[in-house]
Amino acid sequence: MTGILSLITYSPLIGVVAILAVRGLARPGANTDGAVRWIALATTVATFALSVLMLSGFDQGASGFQFMEDFAAFSGLHYRMGVDGISVLFVVLTAFLMPLCIAASWKTIDNRVGEYMIAFLVLEVLVIGVFTALDLILFYVFFEFSLVPMFLIIGIWGGQRRIYAAFKFFLYTLLGSVLMLAAVLGMIGIAGTSSIPELMAYKFDPTLQTWLWLAFFASFAVKMPMWPVHTWLPDAHVEAPTAGSVILAGILLKLGGYGFMRFSLPMFPQASELWAPLVFGLSAIAIIYTSLVAFRQTDIKKLIAYSSVAHMGFVTMGIFSGNVQGEQGALFQMISHGVISGALFLCVGVVYDRMHTREIAFYGGLTQRMPWYAAVFLLFTMGNVGLPGTSGFVGEILTLTGTYQVSTWTALLATTGVILSAVYALSLYRRVMFGELNNPALAQINDLEWREVAIFAPLIVSTLYLGVYPASIFNITDASVQALVSAYRAAIGG
Amino acid sequence: MTLSDLNVAAPELILAGSALLLLMWGAFQGRSNFAYGAAAVLALVAAACAAALGVQGRIFSGGLIADDLSAFAKVFIYGFSAVSIPLGERWLQRRGDNKFEFNVLIILAALGMGMMVSAGDLIALYIGIELQSLALYVLAAFRRDDAKASEAGLKYFVLGALSSGLLLYGASLIYGFAGSTQFPVIAEAVSQGAGGGVLFGLVFLICGIAFKVSAAPFHMWTPDVYEGAPTPVVGFFAAAPKLAAMVLLARVLSEGFGSALEQWRQVIVAMALLSIFVGAFGGLVQRNLKRLWAYSSIANIGYALLGLAAGAEVGVQSMLLFMVLYMVDVTGFFACLSALQRDGKPMETIDDMAGLIKERPALALALTAFALSALGLPPFAGFWAKYYVFKAAIGGGLTVAAVLGLVGSVVAAFYYLRLIKVMWFDPTVGATERPPFEARSVAVAAALFSFPAVLVALVWLDPLAKAAAAVLG
Repeated sequence: MTGILSLITYSPLIGVVAILAVRGLARPGANTDGAVRWIALATTVATFALSVLMLSGFDQGASGFQFMEDFAAFSGLHYRMGVDGISVLFVVLTAFLMPLCIAASWKTIDNRVGEYMIAFLVLEVLVIGVFTALDLILFYVFFEFSLVPMFLIIGIWGGQRRIYAAFKFFLYTLLGSVLMLAAVLGMIGIAGTSSIPELMAYKFDPTLQTWLWLAFFASFAVKMPMWPVHTWLPDAHVEAPTAGSVILAGILLKLGGYGFMRFSLPMFPQASELWAPLVFGLSAIAIIYTSLVAFRQTDIKKLIAYSSVAHMGFVTMGIFSGNVQGEQGALFQMISHGVISGALFLCVGVVYDRMHTREIAFYGGLTQRMPWYAAVFLLFTMGNVGLPGTSGFVGEILTLTGTYQVSTWTALLATTGVILSAVYALSLYRRVMFGELNNPALAQINDLEWREVAIFAPLIVSTLYLGVYPASIFNITDASVQALVSAYRAAIGG
Repeated sequence: MTLSDLNVAAPELILAGSALLLLMWGAFQGRSNFAYGAAAVLALVAAACAAALGVQGRIFSGGLIADDLSAFAKVFIYGFSAVSIPLGERWLQRRGDNKFEFNVLIILAALGMGMMVSAGDLIALYIGIELQSLALYVLAAFRRDDAKASEAGLKYFVLGALSSGLLLYGASLIYGFAGSTQFPVIAEAVSQGAGGGVLFGLVFLICGIAFKVSAAPFHMWTPDVYEGAPTPVVGFFAAAPKLAAMVLLARVLSEGFGSALEQWRQVIVAMALLSIFVGAFGGLVQRNLKRLWAYSSIANIGYALLGLAAGAEVGVQSMLLFMVLYMVDVTGFFACLSALQRDGKPMETIDDMAGLIKERPALALALTAFALSALGLPPFAGFWAKYYVFKAAIGGGLTVAAVLGLVGSVVAAFYYLRLIKVMWFDPTVGATERPPFEARSVAVAAALFSFPAVLVALVWLDPLAKAAAAVLG
């Protein structure tokens, strides 16, 4: 199936062309919004189908890259694509969340629908490209350009302070990325190649590794985001439209974790070991501090945004533990968080669409008017807390196990995060769902409609399925993670 | 020397001859028309072909050089000059001001720039610079009834004359200490340790040229001149003359002072970083887009200088690629600006662009592409330009300077984003006039070059720049 990766990556562009064609060919003044929405949905579903097809052809036993593509471009650069056990699931996750985002924006977005859908489709191209690129420069192109559609999504369709949030999002991440660019250029100069597989095998000088590691860290830590460079995230989340938040939390944050696993660990193993205590410290702070901050939020979306930062703390901790449990747990946590946090933002979107406020104090007693919604929200709240049986549990326990072997104290501190997450998540649930329905504005609020049920159904199924049968993920990631860990162990001499 | 040696100077002869002919033709005709403009474009295209395909060599005792480097530079200089003729003609016509001298001046400026990139000694260097500069001064003040344009022209002239003075002083010092005006002889003297006097002269020479490329701290004229001069003329200013001066600088530094690399490198790196930060911070407070892009051009020259400071063939190659990619962007940007007009007035401030994406989607998309490209965002041309420069700089051991330069680009990102924000997020403020065909097509073509055509263009641009840079290697 050579070429399928490029096909998946660029297939959303077909939708872009179709949307432009429909708008160009329509009679002036005709309303094309309906057609545009269906085109976007059909394209993203087709992309998802292609990604499932690719997954079915994926050889789970192989640790190396598969479906490789390689064309020479200019100046010694190559167009290289490929996936391994670490990246393949992110491709599927992206393709899985995109149709849900389109469906979630069906009614809420009613101005500049064409541009909105095009922005999402382009974003899908870029994000999938990040995960499939096997060339540093190609990776950087996708990684960096993904800022633009997100900038537009926040800035055009966002809330009150959208301009501020969009600028903050863009400039924060850009500053991180240019440092990475400097490192990328240095690496290409030294190793003489920009191919990721070749660079993974190249042994950089340990002193140099330190600098390169820090440069990559600057970029990925912002993207992740890690404390203390997480402050752009709550702003971006609060101002972004619902679907934008879903993509941001579900996929864009994973670029950071993916970057750590793809670059930092295999390419700079000595530096990773050297700086692991720093990462552990920041992760522990992130988990405890942002959990406490989340508890004090009055805005539902901001609360979930902070909880994302806390959950990403588990991921960074797991990645830099450098053992199989840690890596597997981090990967699992990223996939699971992509599903659960995406679902939680969609849950917020449900009430926001009806009431146009996200103030926790505004709500209360929703169980009486919206029992189905309450049930769905409960499930994802439990997933967020990490209840056994949901996918949230597996990632947390594994990253904790992995970290425990390397740094007992970090694991111990991080475990409190599990309790703290219950504190903020359950209190959110109590304040929004239980109690008396006192606010007269809520008296006529309606329960989930069929469109919303259809959006939540796949998310519910995957949360539970991954929770009770996590091996479905581990079977795919295992070979690559084993290879990653053994290479890392060999490099640091442990 | 025989008559056939003059073949080497074919592009210059074509341009000089056609400038004189056009001047005569124009004197009889009085105003410019389509045939007149077409003839001027044709002359430039012919000169470009002569430069690309003609005989190479050194004539006039090494004063005039035709090699791969000069050919590379001349093709783009003449090409961009040719593009500015229809743009400028149409812009002036719209204001009822189409004097025929515009075309002649562009050709004379192109001739001067051609001589700059071909200069093999200090005399030829000075003649080239002066010919170019005098034509540009007049072009800046071309709308003589406009107070701002006259002011721009005068400012440009006075400060330009000052810089020429510096340059001449430096040249005389170099001549005095090295005993020759020819670059190879100077190089020999320098490598034998000609001492402080020559280097002192070199610094003056660099300052004079820095004026022409508007590198900080010699950038002060740029925002004022850009603001006052006619928009298509600014587009011309910001592109071809800078390439010419950068190539000239590269040639002087490599051919004349190659063995003093460590000495001049410090000066160039300092100027580069200063330019990058002056450009980045200075642009933050600008509301006028022409002033804003003046600061942007200052920052961009900083990047080009950084590439040059990397030294060796790779450095020059990266500088050439940077300049060519930058020229396309800047020409497209000013084509957009010259195309946009509302209620008979040019749209020149950031606020004028509010909601442009609904009003003029094609031009707004083009402007977005130029802004993102100037920001250095992949996959646009501006990213590849920076890619080569920073790769060369890091490879040449200038890691700290490169990192500082990249950080500077994040500061500048703010004002590029502000332009995008205004065009995309803000409500529109009123209908714009129909943009003229020439400016619109140049803008759209440049935007399409910026992405995706650049990815194809680099396949052949890269080896060409390499061959051109090899001349100085």
